[in-house]
This record gives sequence, C-alpha cells and structure tokens, in this order.
Amino acid sequence: MQFSEQWLRSLVNPPLDSEALGHLMTMAGLEVEESAPVAPPFSGVVVARIVEAEKHPNADKLKLCKVDAGQGELLQIVCGAPNAAVGMTVPCAIVGAKLPGFEIKAAKLRGVESFGMLCSARELGLSEDHAGLMDLPADAPVGMNLREYLALDDTLFTIKLTPNRSDCLSLLGVGREVAALTGQSLLVPEVVAVKPTLDDRRDIVLDVPAACPRYCGRIVRGVDAKAPTPDWMKQRLQRCGVRSISALVDVTNYVMLELGQPLHAFDNARLSGAIHVRYPREGEQVLLLNEQTITPAADTLLIADETRALALAGIMGGEESGITLDTTDMFLESAFFAPDAIAGRARSYGFVSDASHRFERGVDFELAASAIERATQLILEICGGAAGPVVEAVSKEHLPARKAVRLRPARARRLLGIDPDNAAIVKLLNGVHLGVRHEGEDLLVVPPSFRFDIEIEEDLIEEIARLYGYDNIPALPPQGGLAMLDRSESGRSVWDVRHLLAGRDYQEVVNYAFVEEAWERDFCSNDTPIQLANPIASQMSVMRSSLIPGLAGNLVANRKRQLSRVRVFEIGRCFERKADGEPVAGFHQPVRVAGLAAGSALPEQWGAPTRNVDFYDVKGDVEALFAPRALKFEPVSEPALHPGRAAAVLLEGRRIGVVGEIHPVWVQRYELGVAPVVFELDVDAALLADLPAYAEISRQPAVTRDLALVVEQALPVARVIEVLNESAPAIVKGVELFDVYHGKGIDPGKKSLAFRVLMQDTQRTLEDAEVDAAVTTIVQHAETVLGARLRG
Amino acid sequence: MDKLDQLVQQATAEFAGAADGVQLEQAKARFLGKTGVLTEQLKSLGKLAPEERRAAGAEINRAKDAIEAALEARRNALREAVLLAQLAAEALDVTLPGRGTSVGGLHPVSRTLERIEGLFRSIGFVVADGPEIETDWHNFTALNTPENHPARSMHDTFYLEGNDEVLLRTHTSPVQVRAMLDHAARHAGREHMPELRIIAPGRVYRVDSDATHSPMFHQVEGLWIGENVSFADLKGVIADFLRKFFETEDLQVRFRPSFFPFTEPSAEIDVAFMSGALKGRWLEIAGCGMVHPNVLRFGGIDPERYTGFAFGMGPDRLTMLRYGVNDLRLFFEGDLRFLSQFR
Repeated sequence: MQFSEQWLRSLVNPPLDSEALGHLMTMAGLEVEESAPVAPPFSGVVVARIVEAEKHPNADKLKLCKVDAGQGELLQIVCGAPNAAVGMTVPCAIVGAKLPGFEIKAAKLRGVESFGMLCSARELGLSEDHAGLMDLPADAPVGMNLREYLALDDTLFTIKLTPNRSDCLSLLGVGREVAALTGQSLLVPEVVAVKPTLDDRRDIVLDVPAACPRYCGRIVRGVDAKAPTPDWMKQRLQRCGVRSISALVDVTNYVMLELGQPLHAFDNARLSGAIHVRYPREGEQVLLLNEQTITPAADTLLIADETRALALAGIMGGEESGITLDTTDMFLESAFFAPDAIAGRARSYGFVSDASHRFERGVDFELAASAIERATQLILEICGGAAGPVVEAVSKEHLPARKAVRLRPARARRLLGIDPDNAAIVKLLNGVHLGVRHEGEDLLVVPPSFRFDIEIEEDLIEEIARLYGYDNIPALPPQGGLAMLDRSESGRSVWDVRHLLAGRDYQEVVNYAFVEEAWERDFCSNDTPIQLANPIASQMSVMRSSLIPGLAGNLVANRKRQLSRVRVFEIGRCFERKADGEPVAGFHQPVRVAGLAAGSALPEQWGAPTRNVDFYDVKGDVEALFAPRALKFEPVSEPALHPGRAAAVLLEGRRIGVVGEIHPVWVQRYELGVAPVVFELDVDAALLADLPAYAEISRQPAVTRDLALVVEQALPVARVIEVLNESAPAIVKGVELFDVYHGKGIDPGKKSLAFRVLMQDTQRTLEDAEVDAAVTTIVQHAETVLGARLRG
Repeated sequence: MDKLDQLVQQATAEFAGAADGVQLEQAKARFLGKTGVLTEQLKSLGKLAPEERRAAGAEINRAKDAIEAALEARRNALREAVLLAQLAAEALDVTLPGRGTSVGGLHPVSRTLERIEGLFRSIGFVVADGPEIETDWHNFTALNTPENHPARSMHDTFYLEGNDEVLLRTHTSPVQVRAMLDHAARHAGREHMPELRIIAPGRVYRVDSDATHSPMFHQVEGLWIGENVSFADLKGVIADFLRKFFETEDLQVRFRPSFFPFTEPSAEIDVAFMSGALKGRWLEIAGCGMVHPNVLRFGGIDPERYTGFAFGMGPDRLTMLRYGVNDLRLFFEGDLRFLSQFR
C-alpha cells in the first residue's frame, strides 16, 4: 500500500524523521518497500502571477515578463515558455533559489536583465511535463513558498503488507499501529452522523447472512456528479497511487484509504426495489465496471435488486448500475462481507480489486456505519444533495466472533527465549487494543473488531514478539546434546559424484525441469509427456523424463557462442508417469546424473594429436564414476542414441542407465555438430560403494604371456574375455585386452585381439611348463567355444 | 729435471689435449700401452745393475702412478663434459603448457549448497529430500495454507494438466512435513522423541520470470524440532550461519516481522554488509519462524510438548551475493563462459 507521510502524520505525529518512521514500521512488520520524496530538494520557489508579458526586444521566442512574486515589487523575468501569459499563476524561482542541478542568479538574457525563472514542472522535478510553465490554480496565494503550497515536503511510503495485517490497509490502521509503537495519541478523523433530510430509503435483505452479516445503505439525492474534487483530496489520492475520476468515486476511494472500509456507489435511478445480497441464479450474468462480462460461480456473492444482479459483492460494481457524471441520485453501500465469502473469487475471474483485496483479508466489521457517515459528509460537502437515513441490515450472530484467546505467559517466554513479566506483556497487548483479562496464571485476550489474525495463542505470542521488538530478542547459540552424525563408508554423497565428474573435465549445469515437448518426443519417444497446466512458455511446457535433451540444448547454445568443445553434466530429477510412484502416486521422480561430451577429446594443446571425443572416452568416464565396481555394457536401442553406438549400463545385473552417441538424426536436426556422446545414470547407483577389503599380496614373481586371437568382427570383446576367464586355471590373475587390430594380415570380417595374461602363485615360483599349459588351455577353450584362432 | 718427470709432464699434456675418450685412450697407449714409453722404461730395467734396479724401478713406478692419476682425472673430466653436453642437449622449455586434460567444475549454486550443507552438518543437521512433483496437501494444506487462503496468492503455482491434486512444489517446506511425519512414525510410542534437525536443499518452481525471478530456482529448508527450541535459538543459528557462510563478522543480520502460514512468529531475515559494493543495503535472504502448531500437528508432533523453528533461504541469492553475480538467469543458461568461472 502506498500513502503520503503527511497524511499519516495528520493522524499520528511521532517525533521521528521520515527514515526513523519508516524503520519503525518495517521492524513492526509493515515492511517499507520504498520511501521516496514527493519532490526533489529545491528552495526559493514561490507562487507568482504574471502581470505583464511582452515580446523580448531582441529575441522572437522569448518573452519579457513582469511578475508579482510577493516580493514587494514586480520582478522582470525573461521567459521562453510558449504558454507564458498575463494572469497565469506559476512557480517562480527567485534570485538565490536552488533548483535540482543549478542555482538562480540575476542575469542578462539577450541584453535584458532577468531576476528569476518561471518554472515548468520538469524543472522542479515534479513531473516529466516540460511543454510549458506549470499552471497553478488561480487562487494560489502569490508569494507563498511552493513547497508549502503544494505540500511537497512529503514522503511516499510503500508498505508491503503481509496477508494477516488487513487492519493496516488504511491510514487509520497504519496510524493506530504507529501510535501503539510510539506511545503517541491517535487523532481519529471525526465522523459526524449526517442528519437525514429525506425519508427515501431502500430496503436491504441479507439472503446469505453468513456471507454478508452487515449491510448499510443510504440514498443521497440531488448530487452534482460533475463537481470538481477538491485539490487536497486529489492530492492525497494521487499520493496513494489512486487516480482521481470523479468526485463521487473519489470520495468512496478516499474513505476506503482513510478508514479501510470499501464503499460502493450505485446510481439510485438504475435500481429497483430492495437490495438483496445473495448467490447467483442459474445462468445469471454481470457486466462489470472493468467491462468484463462474467457468469458468476455459485459461491460468488452478488448484490442484486429485485430484478437483476448488480455487482459482485465486495469485489466489483456493475457497469449498468454504477454512477456516471449524469447521476443525480445515488445509493451508497457500506457493508461487511465475510473473508471466506470473498477469498479467491476475484482471482478466479482473473483480476483483483482494492475491495476484494481488503474483504478477503478482513475488514473491521464495526466500521460500516461510521464509514457511510464519513462518505456522506464528504459527498454533501463536495457535491451537495440531501441524504436519506442509513438503513442497516445486520445479522449479529453471523458477525465474526471475537472469542477470548488464552495466553500462557510462561509459554510465550519459553517459545521466544525472552523474559518480560506478565505486567509487561499485558501492557504490550493493551497498546494494540487487545483486551486482557486474568484467569489464574493465564491471560484471556480479546481482539478488536479490526484484527482478523488473533485466534490462537501463537498469534498472541507473535504480537508480543513484534511489540517487544525482534531486535530485542537475543541471538543465542543453541544448546543440545552432542551426538555424532552417521557417516557411512559404504556409500558416497552426491557431492562426491559431482567432484568426480568435475575432475574428469565436466562442467555442472542446472537446466529447467520443464522442457520443449518436441525434445521429449524426439529424444525419449515420449508422446504423452507430463504437461504443465500453466506453462510460462511453450518451450517449457512438459516435465522432462531425461536429462539428455537439456544437455543437448546446452551444447547448441554454447556452439552458438563459438565453443566447440563442450563437456557438461547435470544431476537432477526426471519425471515419469507411474501409477504406484513413491512418494507421490502417479509419478516416478528419480534423480539422475547425465553428461555430454562433444568436440575434441582433449582441450586444444601442443604435442597431442587432435581427435574428437568418442564413445570409449565417455564410457571410460562412466567406468571411473563407479570404480572399483565393475559395470557391464550391452548393446541397446534407445530413441536418443545411435543404434550401433549405444550401450545399456548394468551394475550387478541391474540396468542403471545408458551411454552412447546421440542419434545422427537428432545431431542433424538440432545442429549438434559432430557426434556428441552422452550418458545418463541413476544417481542412487553411483552412490553405492564397497567397503575395501584386504587380499594378501603375493611375494612370488609374476609371469606374463601375450597372445593374439583372431575372432569374428561382430563378436563382442566382453564375450571373449568372459570365455578366456571361464577356462583360466587358478594361477591366471588377469586377462587384459591391449590391442584390437583389423587390416592387413587379418581376413575382412575378422579382428585380432591381443591379450596379456598375468599369472602368479601365492606360494611358489611358476614353472615354464605350467605357464605354457595354462595359456594352451585358455586358447583351446576359446577356439572351441568362439571359433577363435591363435594368430601366428 | 730428469727424464721421468718430463714423461709425466708430457703425458699430462697429451691427456689434456685429448678431445674425447678415443684420443685419450690413444694417448694412454703411447705411455702405458704394451709398447708405450713407460713400459719400455720398465723393460729397460733389466739392463741395469741389480743394486740400481730397485731405486730406478721405484722411480718409474712413481711416474707411472702419476700418469695414471692424470689419465683418471682426464677421464673424469671428459665424462663430466659429456654428461653436461647431454644435459644441455636434453633441456626442455619448461614454460610450455602441461599436457593432458583440463578440469571441469561445480555449478556456482552447487558450491553454495555444499557449503550450506557442511556448515549445518557441523551442528548436527542431516540432509533430507522430497519430491518436486508434490501433493497439494504437502505443499499447502499441511503447511497451514488451506484452499482460498490469501497466502496462496503469494505463490504462483505450476499445476499439472489434468490433475488438481499435484503441483510443482513452490517451496522446500513440504520436506518439513515429510520429515516430521517420518520422524514421528519412527519414534512413535516412545517416551522421548529425539530432536529433529534437517536441512533440505532443492529446486522449487513458481510462475515468474525476470532478472530477479526464475520459474525454477533453489531453496534450502531448515527445521529443528525439540522440547525447548526458541526464537532466540533461531536467531542464534541463522546469525552464526550467515557469518560463517560469508566468512565475515562484518555483517549485520536483521530479523523483521513477517507472515507465513506455516510459522508463527514469522520473520524475514535481512543482511547488510558493512563494506563492499552493497555496503549498508538491507538484502532479504530468507524467511523463518517458529513452526506453527497446526503444522506440527499435521506432522504428527504434539505442539504442546515440542516446539521448533524452520527457515527457508534462497541459495541462488546467497550465491549472487557471494560471487557478485548480478543476473539470476545466468545460473540456468548453461553458458560455459559463465559457469567455468567458478572452478
């Protein structure tokens, strides 16, 4: 809420400067988001009237003016403004005046002396208007300091109110709070009941008293709707950010800002019969003041007359029953609508209004009568007319109950960690109009009608904390039993995974979890992605089921920035449909880790051949991530991946992810450069680690034998190693592949695999004969099972 | 000077003149070889009278020792020279860049989250986690935010098509509820429920996008439930954390009354640095408060016996402040030129 400091000070005027006042409100929970002076600092500017205006003898565009600035004699001032004219009342900066950025001195302009400057609004920093001199009202007192005349020594406070403090959505409310916090007295605007001079009245029927337990209405006849709004009111409205519309509308807005009671003015001539506050009938429509026609939902409260719906109660008036500049008879509404009956309704039609904002949070339910009197008083003053009696319909049992809330002072002290005695607590509560009764050790506290946030003990404890001052609550190092936290060695944290990947030259990224629908379709063959009901953009409309498309997006973006070597990884959730998903039924939300490598295998450098990263580089990264646990890799077909260059990753027989080159079709479609390689794995699998276990180290010399086997090109190496191992005698400690060869000397369709066989016994030195026998066994088994041939 | 001394001098000079091992060996042969000068001398001893032979033999042997010593010295010198030449030839340009791969790095917000976890772990907080597609109940209802509560307008919530029961969580606070339910169930029926201290970092979602708002961003939730946890403890923990996180005592921390449906009393936490570019400006970095009794009840915990505090802070904001980043969107654009600055 935005308001003028001067208006607030007219209600309560503590001995604090603007900054201190702002701090006080902020620290009481009325956060001052912004405080800005109404006008920049300037001095020496007074109200002046142009008495003569002649053409400058030496310049066509300048005028030579004689100006009465209340200085005793007329001032001669040269002025270039096109609108300068005799009789005009304008701001005049006299010699010695300090304006934003410069000082006024007596000067000669084109040979004529000038003793001051007539100002535009922009020259004073009051607005951007510089079309001509600022035109002041003709009755502005000549010679008066302009800052005083326009009340420019004022600050605009914008406070950000939390939804529980609806009582502060008015100057009166803020004033009440400031008075309580500073001990100053509050000057409540005097409301004098207007004596009815008419008998005209309109009956009011509360059809739904639980939703609207109080409604006051009054007819005012013979108003001049075209009467101008007084400047003081316009100024206060403007400084609250409310545009002046017409006097009648301005008065309702003014009273709402002043007291917090939203009002509505109907054109009485457009009403027929009694006013009803009721729920809509089937198919009923209302054309609102914002020109929106809506069909109100069954739980939207209406104001209606006997023939039709007029307005959305507590939300917005109707176009067909509202006042216009031709209105002469009006019907003024001042009501209390229950917060539950208003909450969320305006938003459901796509807007909010000042009234709904207040009613859904809670308006003082005892305020309606005095607010209608205050408004009537102002209307009669400004627009004339004659008022009928206030007709009040009330259902007392439906007004909000103000039950006493029990407060245990000891609990308040314990919860807050402070030690005020009971008397101090009572004093704090009384300061904000909370009535307090004692009952044994406890206090029974009754909130006033304008507070909607005091229902349980904690609400009172919060009040105590606020009024005691959060700053005054100590900041204590907490006490607790010192027990060490678990730190399992048979597992790694996700941070270890991050650091491991970073150590292998991958840069972590964080991508949005909502992605383009096409990505899901192309990369995941997902034609029924999880869709957002309200995405912010079409390319962020579905939940990702894989991290890979996002990484591909990072590649595209970085390639556009001329980076060709891209190595990125992400750890994040993916989303899939799963009827019995945990913990949220219908969804499986695994955390995955995925990486992408594209461009040269190594950063560009001297002395190392340049080659592109390939499947095996990235497979090595995946293996390193799990080392020393061994993974298995099997050919796999995945929509995102090249069918001949993709593998499922298995850990202990369980599939935990994939690694492979991105499918050439997508590489081309998404302009991904040369064959990027990706992996995506369940993060949980990467968090498992075995506790290391010691095995005795042999002191005997090891023997190695190299052998080359020629096998079918299509035979997977993993199968060959498996076969070699299954026949190996106990002395064989390892079979390592060290070369793969195709080409000269090898039949097309075959490949030569070179293995190094490591043999060792823990107890004795091996003899040549048994080493040879072991190799023979291995080779023969491979020949039998795989059709391998020992290469000569 | 007798002839032997001349020979020694001559040999020393010739050795010195030998430019390499081959020349030196040739020179050696001239003096010490089978037909060498000195060998000839020794052979000639036989012609001497026996009484002279001993003295002359001793003289010749002394000369031989001297020549051998000179030879050895020259050999060492030549070896040394060869080594030096080899070393000189093998010298590298040590200023050439090292070979091999470079290293990657963590996302700047990850760095922050890792630090936050570490700091809170050090006072006994454990990490908790929760789903990002969350039930409406966990995200709002159990956090004391019923349907139509005005506080729901504070969150612009992403909903899923065709399912009103679930949403993208708007904050990490639902993890509080899950952790409390879990904790209460684990210790159900016991005389004494141990303290619950969790920290829950994660991604959250709101319908908002500009320089200071991203539709997806990070939060860290913290929760401490015990028999005697007070607002003063909350202030203590947060102030301690902020000073440790920013590694400075030069920091003002302010707790300002605010409102959240799930805490009461509630506070916003502002910090102001006493030096640097942001000197003196209050910056909002977290919300916190004492857990609302309704939330404790929804979490299966008796609010009469147990109290606690909760906080939710913005690690993106903390990261921006710590590293001087001025646009939140940079965190989510995957621009390697930006991200690689945080290695």
